[in-house]
Parts: sequence; C-alpha cells; structure tokens
Amino acid sequence: MPKEETEEYLEAVLDLSGEEGAAKTTDIAKRLGVAPASVTEVLQRLAKDGMVRYRPYRGAFLTEKGRRAVGRLKRKHRLLEVLMTKVLRMAPQSAHKEACKLEHALSDDAENALCRSLGAPGSCPHGSPIPPCELDVGSCAECESGDGSAPKKVARRVIPITSLKPKAMGRVAFIRGGRSVVRRLSAMGLTPGTEVTVLRAAPMSGPLELRVRGCNLAVGRGIADKIFVEPEGSAAT
Amino acid sequence: MSCRGNKAKVRADMSCHGMNVGSSGDCDAVVALVGNANVGKSAIFNQLTGLEQTVGNWPGKTVERAEGLLFHNGVRLRMVDLPGTYSLSTGTAEESVAQEYLLSGAADIVINVIDATALERNLFLTLQLIETGIPVVAVLNLTDAARQRGIRIDVRKLGMLLGIPVVETVAVHGRGIHELIDEAIRLLKKGTRSRRTVRYGPEVERAVTGLEALMRRGKRSRWKALRLLEGDAGLSRRMRQKHPDVVERASALSLELGDHHGEPASTVLASERYAVAGRVAREVMHVSSAINGRGAEMLDRLSLHPVLGYVLMIVVMLAILAFISILGGWIAQGIERAFESANPRMDGFGPGLLWNGAVVGLYSALGVAFGFLLPFYLILSALENSGYLPRIAFLMDRPCHLMGLHGKASVPFIVAFGCNVPACVGCRIIETKRDRLIATFLSTLIPCSARTIVILGIVGTYMGPLWAISIYIIDFLLILAIGRILNATVKGRSVGIIMEVPPFRKPVPRLLARQAWARFRPFLVMAVPLIVLGSTVIEGLRLAHAMDELTLWMSPMTVGWLGLPAFTGVLFLLGILRKEAALVFLAAVAGTVDIAAAMSPVQMFVFALVMTIYIPCTATIAALAREVGWKNTAIITFSEIGLALLVGGITYRALLPFI
Repeated sequence: MPKEETEEYLEAVLDLSGEEGAAKTTDIAKRLGVAPASVTEVLQRLAKDGMVRYRPYRGAFLTEKGRRAVGRLKRKHRLLEVLMTKVLRMAPQSAHKEACKLEHALSDDAENALCRSLGAPGSCPHGSPIPPCELDVGSCAECESGDGSAPKKVARRVIPITSLKPKAMGRVAFIRGGRSVVRRLSAMGLTPGTEVTVLRAAPMSGPLELRVRGCNLAVGRGIADKIFVEPEGSAAT
Repeated sequence: MSCRGNKAKVRADMSCHGMNVGSSGDCDAVVALVGNANVGKSAIFNQLTGLEQTVGNWPGKTVERAEGLLFHNGVRLRMVDLPGTYSLSTGTAEESVAQEYLLSGAADIVINVIDATALERNLFLTLQLIETGIPVVAVLNLTDAARQRGIRIDVRKLGMLLGIPVVETVAVHGRGIHELIDEAIRLLKKGTRSRRTVRYGPEVERAVTGLEALMRRGKRSRWKALRLLEGDAGLSRRMRQKHPDVVERASALSLELGDHHGEPASTVLASERYAVAGRVAREVMHVSSAINGRGAEMLDRLSLHPVLGYVLMIVVMLAILAFISILGGWIAQGIERAFESANPRMDGFGPGLLWNGAVVGLYSALGVAFGFLLPFYLILSALENSGYLPRIAFLMDRPCHLMGLHGKASVPFIVAFGCNVPACVGCRIIETKRDRLIATFLSTLIPCSARTIVILGIVGTYMGPLWAISIYIIDFLLILAIGRILNATVKGRSVGIIMEVPPFRKPVPRLLARQAWARFRPFLVMAVPLIVLGSTVIEGLRLAHAMDELTLWMSPMTVGWLGLPAFTGVLFLLGILRKEAALVFLAAVAGTVDIAAAMSPVQMFVFALVMTIYIPCTATIAALAREVGWKNTAIITFSEIGLALLVGGITYRALLPFI
C-alpha cells in the first residue's frame, strides 16, 4: 500500500475518533470516498503494522505508534502551511490544499530544516498548534544554532504544558523558543527533568500558574505553549 | 578596603547621576545587596540604612537604584541595593545591571538575601554569587513565614555546606539585623571567599579549566569562563577587545557542550547548578506540617478565582481609584486654598507673573505631588509588598493582550483614570523597555480626573451623559488602535509574562512609608521646578498680551480645521498646564457664563475631545521625561497633538450634518 494512502487513513482515524477513541468504518469510508469493505481491509493491514487497534463493528483507534505517525504528518502539514502563507504569501485556503498533497512527500530531514528556517513556529496559519519535533534537543534555540548534523531521534511522549489539566503533574522535557525565554525559565527553576504541577489557568486562555521547586510561577500562555512536558501518570487531556 | 582606586569609575557614574549620599562619597567599604524579587530585600535595605538613602535610576536604564549609608561603630558602609534578580545570567535589564556592577569590582562584599520559604530557588542565585569570587554573607529572611509553613532550616549546616556565614532575620521586625551588620563587618575584615563553588560535570569543568588557562587565571577567571560558556553576550562583547582568543574558544566549547548534552550549554549549567541547590536545600531543610496559613491560602484561592478573583480585583481597583481621586482632589484643593488665602492680589506685570505664574504653578505642582503621586506610591508599595500585584497581572494578562501588552500594564492603566502622573511612574513594574514605553504612551491617553472634569463639565452638562460617554468610547478605541500600531512598529517583540506569584504577606506600614517617600522625593525635586517654570512662561505670555497673537496664529487650526471659536486657542495653551484650567477659564475667555451661547454642541464635543487627547499636562510631561527620556517624551507629546487634531477635525466634519 502506498505511503500516501496509509497516511490518509491514519489522519481519518484520528479526526473521526470521538471521546471513546474509535473511528467507525462507515465514517472513514464516507470521508475518503471508498467502499466500506476496502476500508476494513486497509484497517486490518494497519492493525498488523501496529498503527491502529481494529475491532470489527466498532471501528479503529490509533495506537501510540499511529498517533506519532499522524502527529508527524500534522507537523509537516502545518509547517508547510506556514511556509506557503508566510514566505510564499499564498492564501491560507490554497496553502491548506497544497499542504495536503505535499505533506506526504516531505522527508523528515526536510521537515526539520523547514522548522529551523521558519524559526520554529508554534502554530499554523489557521491557529492549530504545531506538534513538537522528535529530535533530542533541549530547545529550539539549540536546534537553530546547531551545526546541521542530525540530532538523534528519541521516542517519548511529550505534550505542551498547556495540555495538562489543573493539578496534573509533568516533567519538563524541553522548551521551545528563543534563547532569552529559555534562560529566564531555567533561572526560575524550569530546567529539563524538573517536576512541574499546573495549579490553575487564568480564564480566556490567560497565563498558567505553575508550581516549580516549591515556588509558584505565572507563565503567559504564549510561553507556556512552548514548554513541553512528559506527563506523569495519565494526566494528559 | 577603600572606596577609591578601581572604584573611581563607578563612583563617577554615581555622582553624575546625582546619586551621591553625603559628602564626596567617602566610605570604608561598599556592600551590595543582592537577592530574588519579593524576598524582603528592600526591608533589609531600609533597616540597614534608615532614612539615609537615595533612589534613582541606574545610568541609562529605568531600573531603580537605591543607595544608602550605614554607620556602625565608626565604620561607614555604603549599601547598594541591586535590583531583584533570579539569576546573573539571563540578560534582562535588572540582571545585567546586577551582573555588571558585581563584575566591575565596586562591591567589597555581597549580602545575599534569601527567602527561607523558597530555599532551593534562592540558592541558585547564591551559588552564582559564590562563583563571582566576591565574599558573600547570606541572610535567611522570612524565617517566621517559613516556620508557619512548617519549614525549619539548619542555619549552621547551611553555612557549612556553602562555606559562607549565614544570618537568620525577620527583616520587617528588625530581628537579626544587628547580627547581620556584625557578620558583614567581620567578613569585610577577613575578606574570606567561599571555596565551595559548584563542581559541574567533567565536560563543563574541562572547558572551564581550559578557558581559565587561556585567561592566565586572571581576576574572577572562573566566573568569566562560566559566563562565557553560558553565552553571555554582554561579557563577550566586553572581552572581545582584549581576549578575542578566549571569546572564540568559549563559543566553540559552548557549542560542543550543547552537542554533547543535547541541550544548550546555558541549560546544562543551570540544571547542574539547580541540582546542587536542591541537594543543599534538602540537606538543611526539615519540613513538618504547616502550623497555619489557612487564611493566606483562602485569600490566595479567592484572589485567583476565575470569577471572584475579578470581582475582588474590580473592588480593590475602584477603591484605589476613588481613594486617589477623592483624597487627591481634596488635598490639592486644600493646598490651593492655603496658598490662595495668602494671595496679596497685586496688579502689574512683576507681581502678576510671580503670583499667577510661579506661585500658582508651585501649588498646582504640589497638589499633584502630594494629592495624587504620594498616595499612589503608598498604594503601589502596598500592592507590591503584599504580593497582590502579580495576581492582578495574572488575571489581566489576557485582556491586556488586546493592546499587545501583558498583565502588569493593567495597574498603571487603572491608576491613570485618577492621574496620569503616577501611571507613568507605575509603568516601571513592566520589565522590558519596549513594553514599558508602549504602556507609558497609552496611559497618557487615558482620561484622568482633570479631563473627566472637562468632559463632564462641558459635554455632560450641556449635551447629556450619552455624549460624554461617547467621548470616552472614542478615546478607548483610540488607545486600542494606538496600542496595536505601536506594537507593530516599535522594534522588538512583546515577551509574555514570566513572574513569581509570591505568597500573600502583611505589609508593614512604616516600611511602606519609607519606600514611598524615597521614590517620591526625586519627582518633587525634578518636576516641581519644571511645572513652576512652565506656568511662569505661559503667564508671562498672557501678561505680555502675546496670547492674542498666539490665538490668532493658532486660528487656522482651531477655527479653520477644528471649527472651534478662536478664543479656545488660549484654553488649549492653558490646558497644557492643567487640563481642568480649560474649564475654569472657559467662562472668562468666552465672555459669558452660559457656554451654550458661546459654542454650538458640535463645538463643545470637539473641544472636549481634543482637550482629552491633545497633550499630556506639564506634570505628566515631567514624569514622562524621567521615565522614558526627553526624546520619547517629545515623540509622545507631538504625536498626541497630531492625533488630537486628526480625530478632532474628522469628528467635526462627521458630526456637522447631524447636530
């Protein structure tokens, strides 16, 4: 099965899976414009590859592996959108269509080079957040200043701290963003590996109040979006 | 142990900014006070120096600088209160001030104030201070608050582990201050530096040793090496001249370290330093259950509650606004009445100039200073010291984003409704120079109580409240628009909020009064003469009958463009001095008490609108000059004149067909 088709299916599963996590076969078929029978066939194949868990009559949900693959795809898609709107000055609508096609062709190296040259954007032109890269770097500043040699890849589940529920705890994985922000945060005790608890979030997506090393810290939403943590337990939303 | 010699340069910096305390700056030693924000550093400073202190700015920066003298058993110590900082390596304005000062060698010893309730984070800075190689004495402050939270700290062990003397204090009650002074003087005599500097990982240590060798183990070479590895832009700029090889090598090593650890070198060093701080803190700290603090916790939850937090904030802010407006008006009137009762009422150019120019200028300046500014300083100090300020900033961060600013701007904005002068000064609480400039600009556009008098007295009285409100709405839209424009045009980018939310603390009135007075005094010295001068000049013009000429000269603008009667020119000139003067003199220059007979409704509306926007009053201009410099003050003043003319002219033409 071509890579592009696999990826389309994974995206459909992610988008269509609801609260319980299962995407129905009929919905996928409708969305992709194919027969339900062939959907079942593809899902079974994806299940064999470990991308989804498939239950007949209930549908499919993404495994950790599948989730990562889709996250990567979304990242490519949104980075491409940023490229096309910001650099090539295309309209967001056509940028989206273009990105839908190109996302499948973009290599991982090109993806990370794109991230670097665009200054590690935090969100796509439509406002959706861009998932972090999987490179083993402490922050984007470092990636930007690197000598171009490829950092090693790691598999870890990191989410922005803004996705943690109040009272939930996480460990700082890395911090995106400019040098000065990274430094100010680390001076306040937010260094990689540090335990952080989200105390509360101000309304209207205002700042977060965090508890770090026995002190309370308010961090604006824009900055908090760039702090990535490994959630402790099943704290993620 | 002398203040001269290598400190001559620093001393020269001080004297040219009028920062000298006492005679020609003679003292036996210089002691720098360093610590995180909100640790009671200024309380310790106040306890050490009493009223022998001056507050000003660091050269070229709007970072508050306080200095004072301490006499003890015949020893004269100069205390320099460095700005509150969490680290010496992140490059904010506060930190670069602290770092450059320590690097200059001006301080003989450092007093490091530590918050006992947040030991780990405070020790991060302590470890950096020890790295500087300057003798350090640590002050464990807020020990009473720590005890309430069930935290007990083994002071002797802490001193042993850090290799420096440690003194326990409760600064607000003056407890432990004598011991601190004794310990500081003992340290000055011995001059011992701690040997227990942080040992970093092998790669870092190897890099440091290499750099130190390149520097031939000069003064503070270890510190400089570490700072260069962390990528300190300021230091490498300064060292590039003499030691280009060191700087080059350091940046190469820094990259190598980053590659090896998969994190930037600065993060590696911070992590390792924090690891040590955490280890020390765990070894000396014993935590049992908190004794009390339920009340403080309740207040904490209330103040940050998504609904009640805003209610509380609005109540507090309205109370402050009412307090400043009512008390301010009352005090200002009292001062005016006291002066006017002594009015000799003499005619002639000389006496007229002296009284209506200089004396009236003097009492209106004193009215603003004592009526509005001093009370505001008291309130600002109370908000800061109690810990409520960061909570307001937390709640208001998002709304402030509409103007491209962050939460801390909300306090000066609210105060500005009372008086723009304290608002300009209050913008100091915003960290970056850029955001501070924008906030200062915008706060001068907020209708203060004097402008409210004009709006209500003319438009409100003759045209009705809806028209008065629409002036406010136009003004607010303008503020929003200007905020957006400034954000897009002023260089740099607004960094979001990163701030500590300290626990609530009960402020101590005596310390608040001292702090407020020390901040207030420079305004009194600088702005009052300026206002008197401005007032005298305008009165001189009036007495020389130059006003009529000026009115004529202004008529293309006032009559031609704004469609106002010619006599309003005089009012605009008087309004520069005091905005409410425009209303006071309106009847006199119009030649009738019935304003409706002298002006059409459109004219009233345009007049009040232009009056609201067109220029900050002299007191505000004086405050602006102190806060953002004369160049920016000129830019703000002239762009507001332009803005007022633009908006006024458009409004006139837009309203003419309707009313």
